[in-house]
Amino acid sequence: MSSSSSSFQMGQLVADKHVRYILMAEKKKESFESVVMDHLRMNGAYWGLTTLDLLDKLGSVSVDEVVSWLMTCQHESGGFAGNTGHDPHVLYTLSAVQILALFDKLDILDVGKVSSYVAGLQNEDGSFSGDIWGEVDTRFSYIAICCLSILKCLDKINVEKAVDYIVSCKNLDGGFGCTPGAESHAGQIFCCVGALAITGSLHHVDKDLLGWWLCERQVKSGGLNGRPEKLPDVCYSWWVLSSLIMIDRVHWIDKAKLVKFILDCQDLENGGISDRPDDAVDIFHTYFGVAGLSLLEYPGVKAIDPAYALPVDVINRILLTK
Amino acid sequence: MHGRPRKAYKPEEEAASAAKAAKLRILQTQFMSNHHNKIYTKEAVDLSTKLLEINPEAYTAWNYRKLAVEDKLSRIESDPDLVKTILDEELSVVESALRQNFKSYGAWHHRKWVLSKGNSSVANEMRLLDKFQKLDSRNFHAWNYRRFVVELTNRSEQDELKYTDNMIGSDFSNYSAWHNRSVLLSNLLARKADGFLPNAKIPDEYELVHSAIFTDEDDQSGWFYHLWLLDQTVNVETPLLTSSWPSHGSRINLSAGCLNDSFSKLTTFCSESGSFPLILYFDQAVGGVSSATVTIDSELKGNEDLVWEPVSKKNSQMSSVWVAHLKYMSSEPCFRKEYEVKVRVGNSPGIVSSRGCNFSKSYEFIFTAHVHDTVQGSQEDIVSWTDGFDIWDAESKDLYSLVNLNRSNAQMDFKWRQEAIAEEIILFRKLSDSKIGKLTLARLLMAKAVISDDVVKGVDYNEILELYKDLMVLDSSHYQYYKDEHSVALLHKVTSSTDDLSRHLFRYRNMNNSVCLRLNNLSLSRIASVAKLLFVQMLDLSHNELHSTEGLEAMQLLSCLNLSHNKIRSFSALDSLRHLKQLRVLNVSHNHIGEHSVDTTRYLCSSPLSNSEWTQDEVGRKTPNLVTKYWDAYFVLRDLNLKQLDITGNAIARDEFSSFVLQVVPKLVWLNGKKLES
Ligand SMILES: [Zn+2]
Repeated sequence: MSSSSSSFQMGQLVADKHVRYILMAEKKKESFESVVMDHLRMNGAYWGLTTLDLLDKLGSVSVDEVVSWLMTCQHESGGFAGNTGHDPHVLYTLSAVQILALFDKLDILDVGKVSSYVAGLQNEDGSFSGDIWGEVDTRFSYIAICCLSILKCLDKINVEKAVDYIVSCKNLDGGFGCTPGAESHAGQIFCCVGALAITGSLHHVDKDLLGWWLCERQVKSGGLNGRPEKLPDVCYSWWVLSSLIMIDRVHWIDKAKLVKFILDCQDLENGGISDRPDDAVDIFHTYFGVAGLSLLEYPGVKAIDPAYALPVDVINRILLTK
Repeated sequence: MHGRPRKAYKPEEEAASAAKAAKLRILQTQFMSNHHNKIYTKEAVDLSTKLLEINPEAYTAWNYRKLAVEDKLSRIESDPDLVKTILDEELSVVESALRQNFKSYGAWHHRKWVLSKGNSSVANEMRLLDKFQKLDSRNFHAWNYRRFVVELTNRSEQDELKYTDNMIGSDFSNYSAWHNRSVLLSNLLARKADGFLPNAKIPDEYELVHSAIFTDEDDQSGWFYHLWLLDQTVNVETPLLTSSWPSHGSRINLSAGCLNDSFSKLTTFCSESGSFPLILYFDQAVGGVSSATVTIDSELKGNEDLVWEPVSKKNSQMSSVWVAHLKYMSSEPCFRKEYEVKVRVGNSPGIVSSRGCNFSKSYEFIFTAHVHDTVQGSQEDIVSWTDGFDIWDAESKDLYSLVNLNRSNAQMDFKWRQEAIAEEIILFRKLSDSKIGKLTLARLLMAKAVISDDVVKGVDYNEILELYKDLMVLDSSHYQYYKDEHSVALLHKVTSSTDDLSRHLFRYRNMNNSVCLRLNNLSLSRIASVAKLLFVQMLDLSHNELHSTEGLEAMQLLSCLNLSHNKIRSFSALDSLRHLKQLRVLNVSHNHIGEHSVDTTRYLCSSPLSNSEWTQDEVGRKTPNLVTKYWDAYFVLRDLNLKQLDITGNAIARDEFSSFVLQVVPKLVWLNGKKLES
């Protein structure tokens, strides 16, 4: 990246505006969009708070307020719901654990209970269900493995079988799908590569084949798409980039062009980042845009871990100490 | 949110949105109350229908409906008509939800759940799918659901293959259809279904995919399918032995210390431990290499129960490289004895590829070992990379035995493969103005070199190198991809003949005339062709553009490695060196270690981040903060056995780090060119 550090100074990340956008979004609860998203407020909180931390502004949030709301979402099974009153699901359990990790508050959790909930969702073939209703998807394998690794409870599941199941979802283009035989998709690839990274199993990935598929996601505008012949979208900056980093093939794309694409998707006036230039912004794409810039070593953005999707300092603090 | 234009909303629009929101909020509150109180009356269930019509993503409402269905079914068990009515109602709710949002995971799963209860007409599902897939032929939910229904109805793979014919026929730009075709076809080929033999079927598939690539060469839909076909053409499933050290017919010197005079047209290997590595290099990862599957026949005593280890991550029992250590020191002294060693690979079945294919047939190779007992103290002098080298004086014949490849045990049906590749080459030459044309041509020429019997391949390599140079200009966004491929081709070229290779070979006088390979200043960005370089003891890769040592793990004889002036960014990028038990000298000066916040080898390196096991040592106990700060250096260096290390010219190489290194590698004698006080 040394050659393009000067061009970074040119495009500008309006970090302050994004911070304000995130803090405001939390208060604007009465638009139709936010009511529709009501059931995944836990994900929203994770996206917003992680973005704030990457921009070094996590201090502007009341930890107690967030944590006490978060704990109302825990179900008696140990799993977390997307919001108070909703049903528990691994999707929101991981977000809850990630938020507590950000705040260095994992000690308030009954780790045994949370990890038992997650471990209990492993099926005989090594796959994971998302909740008691049995939807199976490699997204849930990643979530379970990531969550249990943060909680240092991976020994509660059969890791070997979990890895075998993920490998059974590998396709002939080197990518991964949500179940065996399902088409490769950048989001799904992130989940599978991430799970293999966390379990030290990346030798199952054909790095050159997958790397070529992933680097060909970059289109002329510099943005990345999630599958061949699809439109580019800021959220793939995260999924494609983090996967490329984990398999050490990120040098195969043009990083400066991608930086420009992400910066072009900012709402320079009101803050926030959208999927494509001039579309409506949302917290999801704001997070993926900033996280993407972090993976591109954009100045002023903290480093994010490509596998755990948390700042590197948070993950190092948790995992590198015995 | 996807594809919604950014705009400021007028006050009346905002008011409308707020009114809609308020209505939805009321619905949600009522629904939650019903859910928590387990109310499954018709009114309550209808309310959830309304909620899901507006917001199909409200997952709790789908859960609620499942509870409601189970509640109803528990009351009317014996009436199939009623059961069907209840389930059909669910299917119609799903259908209208999917009309609202085709990508709703909750809706699709609800449909699967309903179907799993039986009693529904599966034929309807195929009709619904055909309708949906016409509207959006790339929707992966629909394709996944299709595979689910196909399995449920036992529809044949041949019929589904025809469906992909139709989809591709009406629009070749449908990656989803190509993908499904590759899944179906590889299943049919694997179980050798009637009419699905590779030599007959794969040429047909080339024809089909040409229609896509030659219609619009920028459309990616057919690219990956073509690459898969090429892989099917070049690679056989049966694992093969690619090379070994020592190689067949070679002679080696073995000693416990320095030899005074040089016997040396031969490789001299010395080790204080009195054993030498025997390396097997396969063309793909295999498991099951053991003293049962590989037998040794020689007078060297004590090698009956050899321990074979995979050169790979600790938790994997699969590797393309396997090593065992043969003892050559016996208790009674013996001078200049010669031993013949016979190695039989695949003596009994058990060597298996990751896909479950057995090693083809047993293969035998023989080499001669000269054992010397002359022992002088171990070497403590600094190793120089500039002085003390002689040019390679061995006759080509010796070299030939060193780099000789064993691929002779190949038993593949070569003819159709060579023909298919020759035809593809002719065809893609016509497309060689375009990116995919050039890239495919370069790959085809590489494939040709791999499976052809010709010794002279230099001409093709030059063409391949030119193609990659063109691509770097033509498609500069992927410059580094082509650069890496260029490096691979260049290394194949360098190692393709003994003439080419001998230009890079030297002898290092001060260390028993060790074999030194100099591949410096070649602008290499990655390492390749290692299978042919197993005999190398000193490797100079300085002044290149390498950012990782991936691939070097197979070079078990390597004792000195020069990586100065490259693009190494972290110690984790050196993880593969952990396997090199002979490595004593490492130069990583003038790299980029410590400059970057992103570490691209963070997860390719064994550490607690990837949950590999590690034992706490004194350094870890005494300086946990430094271990966290320099974790990659800690986990890599402590597994090496270095005597000489050079890290100058890296951002990380400050005093704090240097003193940390001394703690982690207490046996170090030379650091940054200075002798350490012991
Ligand atoms: Zn998106």
